[in-house]
Amino acid sequence: MNVGYYPGCALHGSSNDYEQSLRACLETLGLKLKEVNGWICCGATAAHSLNNKLSMALPARNLALAEQDGFKQVFAPCPLCSMQLLKVREAIADEDVRRELSQVVEADISGKTEILNLIQIFQNVGLDHLKAAVKNSLSSITAACYYGCLLLRPPKIVQFDDSEQPTSMEALLSVLGAETVDWSYKTECCGAGMTMASEETVLSLAYKILNNASEHGATSVVVACPMCHINLDMKQAAVERRYGKKFNMTVYYLSDLVGLALGLSAKQLGIDRHFVTER
Amino acid sequence: MSNLSVPNAKTTPENPHLLPGTLPKGIHNPNHRDDSNAAQVALIETLSKTKTANCYKCGKCTAGCPVSEHMEIGPSQIIRLLQLGNVDKALRSSSIWQCVSCLTCSSRCPKEVDCAAIMDALREVSLLQDKVNPQAQQIVTFQRAFLDNIRRNGRLNELDLIARFKSTVALRTREFSFLFKDASLAPQLRRLKKLHLSQPRSKDLSVVDRIFARCTEIEK
Amino acid sequence: MSRIGIFVCGCGENIARTVDVELVAKRAGELPGVACAVAYKYMCSDPGQGMIREKIASERLDGIVVASCSPHMHLKTFRKAAQANGLNPYLVEMANIREQCSWVHSDREDATQKAIELIRMSVAKVRNNKALKTIRVPVTRRALVIGGGVAGIQAALDIADAGHEVVLVERAPSIGGKMAGLSETFPTLDCSQCILTPRMVEVGQHPRIKLYSYSEVEAVDGFIGNFKIKIRKKARFVDMDKCTGCGDCWNSCPLKKNPSEFDYSMGNRTAIYIPFPQAVPARPVIDKNQCNRTKKGKGCGICAKNCKSGAINYDDQDTIVEEDVGAIVVATGFGLYDISKAQDKAAQSGYGEYGYGKYKDVIDSLQFERLVSASGPTGGVLKRPSDGVTPKNVVFISCVGSRDNAKGVPYCSKICCMYTAKHTMLYKHKIHDGQAHVFYMDIRSGGKGYDEFVRRAIEEDGAKYYRGRVSKITQESGHLMVRGADTLAGTTVMIEADLVVLATAMQPAAGVEQLAQKLHVGYDQYGFLLESHPKLRPVETNVAGVFVAGAAQSPKDIPESVAQASAAASKVQILLASDHVTREPEVATIAEQTCAACYACAHACPYNAIEHAEVRTPRGVFVKNTARVNPVICMGCGTCVSVCPSKSADLQGFAEQQIYAMLESLI
Repeated sequence: MNVGYYPGCALHGSSNDYEQSLRACLETLGLKLKEVNGWICCGATAAHSLNNKLSMALPARNLALAEQDGFKQVFAPCPLCSMQLLKVREAIADEDVRRELSQVVEADISGKTEILNLIQIFQNVGLDHLKAAVKNSLSSITAACYYGCLLLRPPKIVQFDDSEQPTSMEALLSVLGAETVDWSYKTECCGAGMTMASEETVLSLAYKILNNASEHGATSVVVACPMCHINLDMKQAAVERRYGKKFNMTVYYLSDLVGLALGLSAKQLGIDRHFVTER
Repeated sequence: MSNLSVPNAKTTPENPHLLPGTLPKGIHNPNHRDDSNAAQVALIETLSKTKTANCYKCGKCTAGCPVSEHMEIGPSQIIRLLQLGNVDKALRSSSIWQCVSCLTCSSRCPKEVDCAAIMDALREVSLLQDKVNPQAQQIVTFQRAFLDNIRRNGRLNELDLIARFKSTVALRTREFSFLFKDASLAPQLRRLKKLHLSQPRSKDLSVVDRIFARCTEIEK
Repeated sequence: MSRIGIFVCGCGENIARTVDVELVAKRAGELPGVACAVAYKYMCSDPGQGMIREKIASERLDGIVVASCSPHMHLKTFRKAAQANGLNPYLVEMANIREQCSWVHSDREDATQKAIELIRMSVAKVRNNKALKTIRVPVTRRALVIGGGVAGIQAALDIADAGHEVVLVERAPSIGGKMAGLSETFPTLDCSQCILTPRMVEVGQHPRIKLYSYSEVEAVDGFIGNFKIKIRKKARFVDMDKCTGCGDCWNSCPLKKNPSEFDYSMGNRTAIYIPFPQAVPARPVIDKNQCNRTKKGKGCGICAKNCKSGAINYDDQDTIVEEDVGAIVVATGFGLYDISKAQDKAAQSGYGEYGYGKYKDVIDSLQFERLVSASGPTGGVLKRPSDGVTPKNVVFISCVGSRDNAKGVPYCSKICCMYTAKHTMLYKHKIHDGQAHVFYMDIRSGGKGYDEFVRRAIEEDGAKYYRGRVSKITQESGHLMVRGADTLAGTTVMIEADLVVLATAMQPAAGVEQLAQKLHVGYDQYGFLLESHPKLRPVETNVAGVFVAGAAQSPKDIPESVAQASAAASKVQILLASDHVTREPEVATIAEQTCAACYACAHACPYNAIEHAEVRTPRGVFVKNTARVNPVICMGCGTCVSVCPSKSADLQGFAEQQIYAMLESLI
């Protein structure tokens, strides 16, 4: 089945291990990803921080391109991309806004395309279906499910799960046989795009997240966002140095764990390309 | 005219009670009608599509903000400044640049004030009116370099961004060690195949350029 | 009507300054059918009224028009004056030449002319007035009180002490409501049960109070003075006549792990239970969903074996009883907003950030009351729910769910500031080395001695108050961390708490909307019952004969609930003072000959005053169906008149013919 695919800049950049992981995993589930033709950056943090109009125009352009490609659904694995697409989609319900944006981006937008995040992709496959397809139960995994910010906020726009005590990832992992911990930092920000711009901020936030996960007995953290992965995985060594505490916390993409459960190898999923090696 | 921000006032014969280097609180006098302040507030409210009058200063945004403990002025105080008409102090604050746009504030606000959007609006106007806090230069440089990169390539070219960002900062601050910070990560990035020496650009770059032009034009 | 009298009032300068009253009287006297027309300075005064009475007699008037102020002011006065001299009071009309003329115009000529026109219209109207009689309705001199909390108890006692029988219906096994579960009350720190239980006993023993506990109102029929109530007595499985309340049954019941409703799940109870020792009636019930014998037919039967009075009856069924009453008081009280789950009505619901339901040591205010109450599950020794440790740092959070437009309710719950201060004091009095922390937005302490009470909590009992909301409660290093703000100092505040108490929003008791539907009483979007007028008629509803008291109407504390209860009782006593009640006759009628029985009027009537009826010959032969107005319930709004397609519905005193006559007189 064809699903429109909007990778976003991160997945084609330093987070291409995420792309490897989800491509391998989704292919096993029979999902073929077709990239949206001519997609451009969604604007990320820079656009909404510096230019409100641009922060609406860039995602709008991508919505229009997806419609031109005839996709009913578009999968955006990066929550910043998916949230911005949803934000514009909601805004164009106002006809004046829709008309103006269509003009700015030189393409007519209708907003009919559904936007899906990684968890929703798996939910659409069906938890029962996934359970039946499990080859290796993930019984050695004790994970802290980390949702981050933009999968769940703003709740009125993304309308996904509960923005304070989410459970969708835990539900998914439990059918795969993994154990999940109930911890307090599921939705606390990791510092997102500040990795380069303000490293200190990211280190202090990442520390709190890793620490709380560890305190609650987790040996790994599961994410569904490329920025969260970078801040918790690539920066883990820096966090450990700064705060003098070892975590050795494996940071999985959600698709890593689904893929492993379905019988794929760590190499196929690109898990060997993480900074923190698997335990 | 509310005279709340008087940076770096020195002791003079006229004001012998001031301590050098302090930022005095000043007196807020709402009897003085200042239309320019009202216009500034209106600008922020239009950009953020939210009413500052709705805020009843409960502080829940400050309490939930993951970086508020590092801020000089918390988010609820930023909004209070807008309520008082002192947009300038908000525009010149470092807080708006420390914000990580996690949207916790807006999601929890009991009065549905979109605090995160106000932060965005303050950032945009601060740049337009050239009131960016000196402490935030590095962050602003990064964001500008990012947007520049998108304009030229349609999608982000990471190496290009890193190179330009680091060199701009190093040149400005004259701290050339900044160029080599994180350089130790490079071999690892290479090994993990995360370093791309070249990246495909998106097609239709002229559209991207025109979109940018329209959005920057509208601004002015 | 041929001998109409016109009385033009100058109202001092109010009318006379702008309207030439002498001229008006002269012109009015020239109208056909008018026997006399006089002007006077103050028509409502004694001499003025005397003038009316004198003229009625001397001129043999058969109808009068008083041209003066608004009928809202003095219609009753002039009707009484007319009645005093044998003229039917409904043959009196008023022309408003003050509020609708002299007070809104400045040109003397125009105003005078208008006054004449207004009188001409009133004359046209009064010519067609009928000599109506006030409606007399017999009254059943008994009252129903729904809800046995402190408001219901007070109302019941007041009405019963006044000499009328009261039927008191309470759905819990015992009366006492929320107040019975409180530890101490503000601002006196009286033991709540100690001040309430004497009242409860009085209710239980009062010769004129018929108490139906563990019962609910099933249906309400009828109208003011004549309500027919069906009450469902839920199956108790215990024979109230045989049971002595000895306790052998609940002491021997093996099912001990059921969360207690009275303790708000802070403690457990058995399947056969009495909610608390001072319950009235002091007789147990079996929770039919927990006892195997009542639920499945096969159980241990231990309670029956131990009962020396043979009072256990496993085959008990719900029974419906009927009671006739003349007045109803609704005092169903409140419940706390449950923040652990999604609400139907909130925009964005659930307060997951506080972790209520996730962390055992995050509780709400009623649960805290039970933990510190001497009759509570821990005997008044404060232990935190998770591990029984004595909490040394307790954080109290105000406004949880209240004053929240996004998720929650936008109104203020009124009592939380006061009871939170009380909680800090109860806590300090028990745990001398403990520290109470309170996060607040404002302090609402407007009652007598209230502000001083809050200051005492801070100044004498050392409670720390932080002005700001709490954003999130997390669990770190094994402690609950409360993350809030202090906006006065401009800082974030992080407190390591052993126990967190949430002051959650007050909302009307569950099920109140279904009850209101049965009574046809209005309620707002939160379920609070609607009073007739928020300032001047706080305990009446728009349904005649139904009154409201206590937290069912809006959030309030105990003194206000008691005051409202006595107020409602006094309204009931007015109603029950005589064996009949009179109603104004300006109500709708249906001409049954022309009525097509389409019942559009019945559908449109906002007061449910129109019935389906039959027309029969004197011998009982069916002729036709018709709509019929119950004149006692009808409020004379005229909606039926406007929807009736056959023009069969009309309003007495405001008949269509009269309105047309008034309009024609102007042309």
